Amino acid sequence: MSINLIIFSGLALVMVIAALFAVTSSKIMRATTLLLFVLFGTAGLYFMLHYSFLGAVQITVYAGGIVVLLIFVVLLLGKGSVDVTQTSMRRYMAGTATALTGMVLAIYLITSTDFAGDKFTAEDVTMKELGMSLMGTEKYNYILPFEVMSVLLLACTVGAILIARKK
Amino acid sequence: MIDFNSVTTAIDRFLNSVLPHQAATLVECLIIAVCAIVAYLTFAIVMIYMERKVCAAFQCRVGPDRVGKWGLLQVFSDVFKMLTKEIIELCSSDKILYTLAPFLVIMSSIITFSCLPFDNGLQVLDFNIGIFFIMAASSFGILGILLGGWSSNNKFSMIGAMRSGGQMISYELSMGLSVLTLVVLSGTMQISDLVEEQTKGWFIFRGHIPAFIAFIIYIISGNAETNRAPFDLPEAESELTAGFHTEYSGMGFGLFYVAEFMNMFIIAGIATTIFLGGWAPFTIPGADAFNSAMFMIPGFVWFLGKTFFVIWLLMWIRWTFPRLRIDQVLVLEWKYMVPIGLLNLLIMTICVVMGWTF
Repeated sequence: MSINLIIFSGLALVMVIAALFAVTSSKIMRATTLLLFVLFGTAGLYFMLHYSFLGAVQITVYAGGIVVLLIFVVLLLGKGSVDVTQTSMRRYMAGTATALTGMVLAIYLITSTDFAGDKFTAEDVTMKELGMSLMGTEKYNYILPFEVMSVLLLACTVGAILIARKK
Repeated sequence: MIDFNSVTTAIDRFLNSVLPHQAATLVECLIIAVCAIVAYLTFAIVMIYMERKVCAAFQCRVGPDRVGKWGLLQVFSDVFKMLTKEIIELCSSDKILYTLAPFLVIMSSIITFSCLPFDNGLQVLDFNIGIFFIMAASSFGILGILLGGWSSNNKFSMIGAMRSGGQMISYELSMGLSVLTLVVLSGTMQISDLVEEQTKGWFIFRGHIPAFIAFIIYIISGNAETNRAPFDLPEAESELTAGFHTEYSGMGFGLFYVAEFMNMFIIAGIATTIFLGGWAPFTIPGADAFNSAMFMIPGFVWFLGKTFFVIWLLMWIRWTFPRLRIDQVLVLEWKYMVPIGLLNLLIMTICVVMGWTF
C-alpha cells in the first residue's frame, strides 16, 4: 500500500465520520465544529494533489471565514446549546427527499464521468500562472467571473451596511 | 554561509539507503515533527523568560531572580506547577469542545511556526504560495478561542471570545494588505525565494516609504492578532478576569498561554522574513569586503537576532501603551488602517511599475 493511499484513506475516513456526526449531532455548535474537520479534510486532499493554492484558499475561506461566521451567528443568536430537534413531519420529509436526490445525482455523476486519473500528473501551478489566468482576458481566462464576483460581494457589503445602520 | 539543503539532502540520502523509500519518508516526517515541536517549546520558554525580564526592565524592577541563577529556572518551575494543577470539570458545558479548543489554537500556531525560514534550507514547509499559506494557517486559531470562550459556559469568557473574534477577524485584513504590499514588491510568495531575493538588500530598504508604512501597519495588526496590550481586550484582567481562558486550568490554560507567546514569535518571525530579510545578512551594495564579513555570520543568528529585535519592539509597545476600548480598536482598524493599507498597496504598485524601488 503506497503512502499516498494511506494518507488518502485517513483523510477520507475523517471526512466521512465528521460529516456523519455533523449531520446527526443535535447540538448546533458541535455540528459546526465537525463541519470544520470536513473542510480541513478537503483542504488536505487538495494539498495531496499539489493544489496548494486551492488548499490554502479552502482553509482561509472556509475554516477561517465561513465556519467563524457560522459560529458568530450561532453565538449572537444565543442558541449555541439548544438541541436541534425535528419539529414537523413535513420538514423531515423535505430533508430526506433533498438528501436522496443529492445522493442519486452524485452517484450518477461519479459513475457516468470518465475520470482521467491516469493522465493526471500532480504538479505545482505557479502563482504567476494562476494570477495571469485569473486576470487574463483571453479564452479560458477568468476576468469576467472575477469581476462579477466582486460586484456581488460589493452588493452584499452595501446591503449589510444598510441593514446594520441605525436610522 | 552554510546551505542547510545539503545537510537535509544528506540525511534524506542516508535514510533512503538503510530503509525502503516509504519508511524513510515516514521516519523523516517523525524527525521533523519532533524537531519542530522541540524548537517550538524551546522558543516558548525563552519568550516567557524574556517577557518577564523585559517587563521588569520597563517598570524599573529586577524581575524573577530567586529560582536558579537570574531566575532562569522560573519558567520550568511554572510549567511544573501547571502540570500538577487539578483539571477542573465544568458543569453544563460542552466537554468535547471545551477540550478541543486549546488544541485548535496550538495546531494553528505550530503549523504557522513550521513555515518560518530559520536559515538557508532550514524550514519545514516551503510551498510556492508560502506567505499565503501562513495567513491561511494562522486564520483558524481564532476558532479555538471562540469555541473555548463559548464552551466555558461563563459570561466573561463569552465576552472575551466575542471581542477576540471581532478584533482578530478585523486585523487580519490589514495584516493581509501589508503582506500583499511586500508580495507586490518581491513578485513571489515562496518564502525561500523571498529571503533569497533579500540577500541583495532587505525589502524595508528596497521598498523605502511604502515598505516602511507596511511594516508599521504589520506591527500594529500583529499586536492585535496576538491579543496583547494595547489590544488585550479579549483577556482584559480588570474587566473579564482572564477572558476566554478563565475556566481553563492546568495544561489547557498552558496551551493557550504558550500559543499566545509563540504567536508573538511567529508574528515577529514573519516580519523578519518579509521586511528584514529573514536569514539574509545586512549588506550594502558595492561594499564587498563589508558584505563578505557579514556573510560570515551564520544565517540563523541573523534570523533569531532580527526576530528577537522585533519581539523586543512588540514588548516595548505592550508595556508602554494603555488598553484601548473595543470601539476604539475597531475604529482604528476600519477607519484608519484599512484605508491607509489600501492606499499604501497602490503606492507600492505604482513604485514597482515605474521602477522607483531599489
